[in-house]
Amino acid sequence: MSIFVDEKNKVLVQGATGHQGVFHIAEMLGFGTKVVAGVTPGKAGQEVHKVPIFDNVQEGVDETGADTSLILVPARFAKDAVFETLDAGVKTVVVITENIPFHDAMEFVHYAKYKDAILIGPNCPGIASPGKTKIGILPGSIFKQGNVGVASRSGTLTYEIVNSLTEKGIGQSTCVGLGGDPIIGTTFIDSLKEFEKDKDTKAIVLVGEIGGTAEEDAAEFITEHINKPVFAFIAGRTAPPGKRMGHAGAIIARGKGTAASKIKAFEKAEVKLAKFPTDIADLVEQHI
Amino acid sequence: MKLFEYRGKELFKKYGLEVPNGKLVSTEKDFSGLNFPLVLKAQVPIGGRGKAGGIKSTENKKDAISKLSQIIGMDIRGYKVGKVLAEEKADIKNELYLSISLDRTKKMPLIMASASGGMDIESVPDEKIIKEWINPLIGIQPFNIRNVVSKLKLGKEESKETSKTLTKIYKLFRDYDCELVEINPLIITSNGGVMALDSKVIINDDAMYRHTDIIPEHVELTPLEKDAKEKGITFIQLDGDIGVIANGAGLTMATLDALTYYKGQGGVFLDLGGTDDPEKVKQAFELMKKAKPRVIFLNLFGGITKCDTVATGVKAVITKEGINCPVITRIKGMNEEAAKEILKDAGLITATTLQDAAQRSSELVGGK
Repeated sequence: MSIFVDEKNKVLVQGATGHQGVFHIAEMLGFGTKVVAGVTPGKAGQEVHKVPIFDNVQEGVDETGADTSLILVPARFAKDAVFETLDAGVKTVVVITENIPFHDAMEFVHYAKYKDAILIGPNCPGIASPGKTKIGILPGSIFKQGNVGVASRSGTLTYEIVNSLTEKGIGQSTCVGLGGDPIIGTTFIDSLKEFEKDKDTKAIVLVGEIGGTAEEDAAEFITEHINKPVFAFIAGRTAPPGKRMGHAGAIIARGKGTAASKIKAFEKAEVKLAKFPTDIADLVEQHI
Repeated sequence: MKLFEYRGKELFKKYGLEVPNGKLVSTEKDFSGLNFPLVLKAQVPIGGRGKAGGIKSTENKKDAISKLSQIIGMDIRGYKVGKVLAEEKADIKNELYLSISLDRTKKMPLIMASASGGMDIESVPDEKIIKEWINPLIGIQPFNIRNVVSKLKLGKEESKETSKTLTKIYKLFRDYDCELVEINPLIITSNGGVMALDSKVIINDDAMYRHTDIIPEHVELTPLEKDAKEKGITFIQLDGDIGVIANGAGLTMATLDALTYYKGQGGVFLDLGGTDDPEKVKQAFELMKKAKPRVIFLNLFGGITKCDTVATGVKAVITKEGINCPVITRIKGMNEEAAKEILKDAGLITATTLQDAAQRSSELVGGK
């Protein structure tokens, strides 16, 4: 098994004919993802790697049965794209786009909830269930099918950690890139709930960073509801307050969101913490 | 983007809020049209300016000019005061706190209000803060306003005025894509009116494209950081002397953390992002050189972006432009072997692990 996505997801790509779209459709098809449709207004009838392109999401859904959407459109058009796909009945939406205004994200995250849809992102690398599907821009080469679930607020740092797991022969059930923005759809807690239920997940790795209280909330949730071993890495121990450290969400604001507070919360929840990102693999190896 | 107080107040006026009569002053003639007593307020993008001497009351013009000269040019925790706002002293009966911010956990706008205005809200005990969350799809409703205002225990007329203010600032918060609108204090005047004595407005940078009436100032950034922002490079200056270049924000932060573990300290955070565009790599190195680090630590993970393409860009910059400090590199991922050869060939030090690279960088600047 895996969480959120598997080989059954039929993916429609919004922003399919751009440079990113063309590149990542090929990458996803190569990973085994069922990419069934693309949408770019005004480009109906074209194909990208034999995937048919439609003018709008509804037509794409009606013609192909797509149930999942990957959003690669520029930030200014992202809100419209998410609303359109939710209204067309799509139930899983992965928003890769970076620099989306927070107020737009707030609106579509709430609309997704209202539509009972899973929304991952924005500003995330996507999600991969190795051996089954990859929806997003994560590099396929780093993964190996297995039993460790990964949820992360970061992109490259996650690749680094997943890669080090794979190098040790430790595979992954699902790797969820939650996104680096302050307002995101799927959170650590949402992922933890699913990983706990998932038979194929034996251990969970969380990759957090400064900003907000998602890690503290997760720690509390772990104490109460999670029986599987949890490992974590927190980035930004040396980040000064008030500075946005690359990710829009990575900011210590008004005394909240420090790495120290997150580390303390995880320690209290008996989560095993790594000093360096590449140590996670060693910790996991020792414990499972 | 943080707005200076006076610009926040311009927005308040646009939304029909009362603010004290005032204007920016720099010379004697600027005081015409203002009635004494006045308050002179240093315009800086940080709090705590009152304690630092950046706010002064004055009764007459002669005194005002002397106090103005004390404030202009003053250094308030690293910010040099360039602008001073002079405002007529308000008639304060009562001080309230009112703000709207983005609650990251509930993913909603959060209204916070308190009858203890004028104080730093972090020092107000939680039970004295009224909190109300607004569903962004529905917007602020009369019941939300009642929930807030009734708990402030104000008179009838004062409640009515405070309710109106709340509606107005919610509209401002949404219209201008704010991360924060804070009025501290919002005062009740002796004739029952309400007035915003201060303003703190932060507009989401990513939404600035739709607010073309707001001139971007980025007062909180250093000159090099501003330069980087214009070039679209994530570049942050820190206190240390090791310049870190990595790809991805999380990885860049983790690299800085690793340095600290070996008693080194990062001086620059530079996130290359997913780029392998040689022009971007060149711009990144140019910026880094201007920050004058004693060592540069390049930490890359190649996934979609191939290690060797980035390495080729780095080599091109270094062989052409030269570099005046040691560069320690650590490369991992897609095509790492080829990348290491390219970097060695460019005369750079290649380390095998993050720990090794962090330790060697730190040792070069005297850490261990």
